[in-house]
Amino acid sequence: MKNEQDRLLAVFPDPAPIDVARTLDLSGYSWKAVKSNDVLDKLEPTPGWAGAVVDCSQDPESAWAICRSLRRRENSVSRVIVLVGGAQLADLEMREDLFDDFCLAPVHPRELDSRLRHLFYSELSVSRESLIEYGGLSLNTETYQASFGGTPLDLTYMEYELLKFLAQNPGKVFSREVLLSRVWGYEYYGGARTVDVHIRRLRAKLGEEHANLIETVRSVGYRFGQSKWS
Amino acid sequence: MIEQQRDYVLRTVEERGIRLVRLWFTDVLGNLKSFAISPAEMENALNDGMIFDGSAIDGFSRVQESDVLALPDANTFEVLPWVDPKGAEARVFCDVAKLDGTPFDGDPRQVLRRNLNAARKLGYQFYVAPDIEYFYFDPPAVDSRPVPLDEGGFFDLTSTDITSSLRKETIRTLETMSIPVEYSFHEDSPSQHEIDLRHTDALTMADSVMTFRLVVKEIAALHKVHATFMPKPLEGVQGSGMHLHLTLFKDEQNAFHDASDPYNLSVTAKQFMAGLLRHAAEITAVTNQNINSYKRLVPGFEAPVHISWARNNRSGLIRVPVQKRNSDQTTRIEYRSPDPACNPYLAFSVILAAGLRGIREGYELPAEADSNLFEMGDDMLAKLGIEQLPQSMSDALRVMERSELVAEALGEHIFEWFLRNKRAEWRGYKTHISQYELNRYLRSL
Repeated sequence: MKNEQDRLLAVFPDPAPIDVARTLDLSGYSWKAVKSNDVLDKLEPTPGWAGAVVDCSQDPESAWAICRSLRRRENSVSRVIVLVGGAQLADLEMREDLFDDFCLAPVHPRELDSRLRHLFYSELSVSRESLIEYGGLSLNTETYQASFGGTPLDLTYMEYELLKFLAQNPGKVFSREVLLSRVWGYEYYGGARTVDVHIRRLRAKLGEEHANLIETVRSVGYRFGQSKWS
Repeated sequence: MIEQQRDYVLRTVEERGIRLVRLWFTDVLGNLKSFAISPAEMENALNDGMIFDGSAIDGFSRVQESDVLALPDANTFEVLPWVDPKGAEARVFCDVAKLDGTPFDGDPRQVLRRNLNAARKLGYQFYVAPDIEYFYFDPPAVDSRPVPLDEGGFFDLTSTDITSSLRKETIRTLETMSIPVEYSFHEDSPSQHEIDLRHTDALTMADSVMTFRLVVKEIAALHKVHATFMPKPLEGVQGSGMHLHLTLFKDEQNAFHDASDPYNLSVTAKQFMAGLLRHAAEITAVTNQNINSYKRLVPGFEAPVHISWARNNRSGLIRVPVQKRNSDQTTRIEYRSPDPACNPYLAFSVILAAGLRGIREGYELPAEADSNLFEMGDDMLAKLGIEQLPQSMSDALRVMERSELVAEALGEHIFEWFLRNKRAEWRGYKTHISQYELNRYLRSL
């Protein structure tokens, strides 16, 4: 998620509400406070704003103007969270097109964080690359086909799903239990040992030279590709 | 999940240009059966199953209920690696169901599922790793004796020999079909080889054994060689067994392991062993289902004869292998009587049922028999309370017939059919006059 968080969020008003600022900082988002549409335009980064948190509880009129402006620009901003006071809920009506989610002000940091995560996640999964590549490995998630160095790999469904999950998260270590719940997601005759069995099969199919793409991390689990820390 | 699995299969059929999909299932005697469908039918098959006439299959339907459904298990979908990619083919294992969708009693795969579910209710996952032995021969003509292709022995490194390259090619093919191989070597007898598979859950392993037998035979046939899993094809040398390494896991822990025991065996392991030993005679007709099987179970050829266990004594029925460096994962027991011509679904079912019975009823494990039982006299064995496995198929059937455990594990349908079929086989054999008898009696009597 790190590179998404590197991208810039716009926060209205300036100065930003203290709870919003703290939540964004603690969760590792980059952000800039904007006090007007002019500043919004001036500070807009080249790839466009990654999202926005707009507090409507103090100056609703300017706040909704910011929202409209966010939607209207060339790089239309698709992750807009508005903060509204309890008495303002009616303001949301007929403005559904202007925001993607909302929080009640005063904002609860955990709630804001969860809603942001959720927006970034669902946006991620929609636009997720249909081609996953790592080294010579290539996975096309639309056709379910995997190949290594251009040669097709014959995989069973679960082998494919496991490889896909690992290749989508290179460098991360996963325990057997996590892999079982994330990839299999249901009770299986084999339990967590099933993961070992499938890793062993994948290594054989990747071939001797590439078997080390999937590394065993002793007494923890498995890692695909190089670790970021070593 | 199931939707995605289907999608995966259908897209693969399309992307890889699969021309035929073979639907595989297994008859009661453990023969692989198959019918092929065109890719266009595949979606249909995955959604609703394919109807076929089961009365044509040994041990399947009675005539009045002959139509059954083959339900593909999408997770077993694989492209067949030995088929020319221009006419690519794939296979998928099927469960067989009645037309209303409930499991069909005559389907061995469903029988194993039922037994595994019973184990799962107690919290156990059953893992199996087989060591499979077999022979390579010249393609046999009718009425001829088998001709071995080499004279190698145990672990011999015979690099020029064709059977070693056959074995290598076989292993490569197995690995591409998701069947990991742990070891392989030349066995004791001429042209005899062993391939040890890495452990996995029992259902996957039973499928793997079916695939294994086909792959070994296919690869051999491509080189005009005949591979056989016949338990005892050559007189005077060792036969082919399928030793099974067995483990139960519970809550992701090896339920057979207990570091405080001198052999690292848990109470559960000992009760499981006790169950296997007590019911060994009853399940032998299933684990050793051919007349020829009993010519392997004789003294002098490293096959078990006595119902006993030991750590390092290879004459016993159950061996407790020494573990790798204190790894609790490798604690297991080795059941040594089954042969590779058995039906793996049914064999795993009765073995599991016997072991679970031991756990449920808290059987006591008898003392270890660590001396060579073949050198003991009958009265000594009787004193130790050590009995023998059935000596013939007829003996084995007689014990099985009275076994409520086997009837329950197999279900009435297969239990009855199996007994009927095997008794008929025995009757046919009993009336046969062998060369042995002619040589021995014709002139002297």
